[in-house]
Amino acid sequence: MSTQAIEKSAAPDLRESYLAQVQRKHLYNAIFLIVFVALLIGGFITANDRNAGGFWDGLPNIFDFPAEMLDDASQKLTQFPAHFINFLPSLLETINIAGAATLIGAIAGVFISLLATRGLAKWPRLIPVFRRVMDVLRAMPEIVIALVLIFIMGGGPVPAMIAIALHTIGALGKLFSEVNENADIKSVEGLESVGATWFQRMWLGILPQVIPNYLSYALLRFEINIRASAILGFVGSGGIGYELKNAMSWGKGKYDEAAVIFILLFLTIVLVDQLSSYARNKLIGESR
Amino acid sequence: MNTIVAENKSDLRAQVSQNFLRMKLVAFGVPSLILLYFIYIAISFDFAGITERAKLDKATTLLSDTYSYKTHVTKSNRGAGDFTIAIEGEKKGRYPQGETPNWVKIDGDNASVTLAPGHVVEFVGKTVFYDIPGYGLVEVEPKNSGIALKLPTDDVPDFISASKTRVNIKTDAGRIGVTKSKTDVFRYFYGWEMFFFTLDSPFYGMSFTEVMGSAFSSERLDPAMSNFSAMWNDFWYNPMWRHLEIAWALFETILMAFLGTVGAALIALPLAFMSARNFSPVWVARFSMRRVFDFLRGVDGLIWTIVLSRAFGPGPLTGALAILLTDTGTFGKMFSEALENVDQKQIEGIRSTGAKPIQRYRFGVIPQLIPIFLSQILYYLESNTRSATVIGAIVGGGIGLHLTQAIITGKDWEEVSYYIILIILMVMMMDTLSGWLRKKLIGGKS
Repeated sequence: MSTQAIEKSAAPDLRESYLAQVQRKHLYNAIFLIVFVALLIGGFITANDRNAGGFWDGLPNIFDFPAEMLDDASQKLTQFPAHFINFLPSLLETINIAGAATLIGAIAGVFISLLATRGLAKWPRLIPVFRRVMDVLRAMPEIVIALVLIFIMGGGPVPAMIAIALHTIGALGKLFSEVNENADIKSVEGLESVGATWFQRMWLGILPQVIPNYLSYALLRFEINIRASAILGFVGSGGIGYELKNAMSWGKGKYDEAAVIFILLFLTIVLVDQLSSYARNKLIGESR
Repeated sequence: MNTIVAENKSDLRAQVSQNFLRMKLVAFGVPSLILLYFIYIAISFDFAGITERAKLDKATTLLSDTYSYKTHVTKSNRGAGDFTIAIEGEKKGRYPQGETPNWVKIDGDNASVTLAPGHVVEFVGKTVFYDIPGYGLVEVEPKNSGIALKLPTDDVPDFISASKTRVNIKTDAGRIGVTKSKTDVFRYFYGWEMFFFTLDSPFYGMSFTEVMGSAFSSERLDPAMSNFSAMWNDFWYNPMWRHLEIAWALFETILMAFLGTVGAALIALPLAFMSARNFSPVWVARFSMRRVFDFLRGVDGLIWTIVLSRAFGPGPLTGALAILLTDTGTFGKMFSEALENVDQKQIEGIRSTGAKPIQRYRFGVIPQLIPIFLSQILYYLESNTRSATVIGAIVGGGIGLHLTQAIITGKDWEEVSYYIILIILMVMMMDTLSGWLRKKLIGGKS
């Protein structure tokens, strides 16, 4: 009897408080949306003001450069095969920079991720240190390291390789350590009970479980690193990016080489993209 | 029966030993392949030549510049022989005529410069005397015929390099360079010079407590404004470190990343619906939309940046648009994959209550997708902050431009390290911010 009375009196309260809650939520959402739209519009106006050419002035010209390029390219179509062969070595260099950097980054990333995973680390006290190291490596844009190294070592592909490799260590290390956390630790305990060293425990106990995921992340990274190595070549030196910078500097009427580089770069990225997504699907499918 | 088991056993054994063989092959084959690749890389990238080309002295100047600076005391050896004292030898860091730091004493044509206790360089006319502790008195006199060097020992020690036209003395306390046209004395100090205030500011040279004291004292150094705003003014418009400009540059970089990422997400969202199998029945539309995404992604940020900077000129908007175009492709692909994986049960449940299509989308689809989309967008926001630094270097906007310029001039390495620290802090801040937003908006674990 008494409980019923309470329920009856509580019901309108409950509904009211629920409605109030919904209303508050709607209000918050509306405020959030307004702030967001204001940020977006304000940001666009600021960026537009600080740009040399305005957005609305530039918009009609957006196809001018591609048209110019197509024009140049169509006139010198006969030279294309020669250009292709000319630029293949530098394209290979760009791919090699990405490949070597990914390999170095993945190998070092495996070690640093194992050292930074709870339960697997060789020195558990140093886990936070290794995590901070990975954070800093990840936060450092490649261009920073590359430019400093170019200053010290002179041009060439090596500064770009080191720069990308360092960033890759941080990026892959973090992803790898997330994979490690999900690995089954029983095999490690079994190996420990028979007196295996830390290296043996990791090599035989953990790596076989995580290799497919590692490879899948490394492939994704390789794809990203090819883009990075092309862009670093443009800013710094080495590879197809550098050739593109030179080709661009020759100016109007001579954009045929730039067109060839655009095509090569596009094809490479699409090809690597397709191959790596195919391989990743296979790898992850295998592990499931 | 027995024989069958035995046969099975031998089969099994053969299989196992074959497996072992394959594993051995992989265990040795893969590392040796990697090793071979690295050897190939070492040859084709010319690792051997790097050790020759690498200039370690550049690395040392870079490193020492990041934690120290030098003040030049220069005496012209032509004409009147005036002294100028300038921090880092820059015009903006020049002491006004008649003013000297307390370790330099100028008396007409003569001067004494104290580099460190015991290390005193004396100018008598054009001649320089430097009594190096533990070595002896060195006398350098620039003459028209060449530079005369008098040493206490017969052979030249390795901290002095001398030729007819130039004499350099480098000790732990500082450095002296004498040519026919001028004599330079450098004294090194720790820290970044004039980071807060330049020489023309009344606050220059004050200690931290003095600065704090004067900030809150009513005695105005500049009658036009309060000490605190004068201080802020001198700091913010510091002509050497350009704090205002750098703050703008950082803001521009973040702005590029924000506009690019959010713009791409807004454009990609409707397009993703058009390319998802379960939302778009028309095969042609789906196929062509996917090819558009592939194209946008395949062309890559570098090419978009170049093409767009032709149309829009240098600046942050161009960078934002380049990020926008590349990421529209990426988001389009990811969003449409997420849309295809939508759980139909929730939609059916909503339908069973008699909901109209719009309501089914609103309550059946959107709540499933928002967490996925948001976490992808936030991840890209962080990663694009880094890309915006590089793109800024190409399109000429943001901190990337300042960084490349400072490196190309190759002398203000303290500024380079300042920018590097700022960039890392900026990326880490965006990382934290996106993690915090993800937690707030989606809830639960990352």
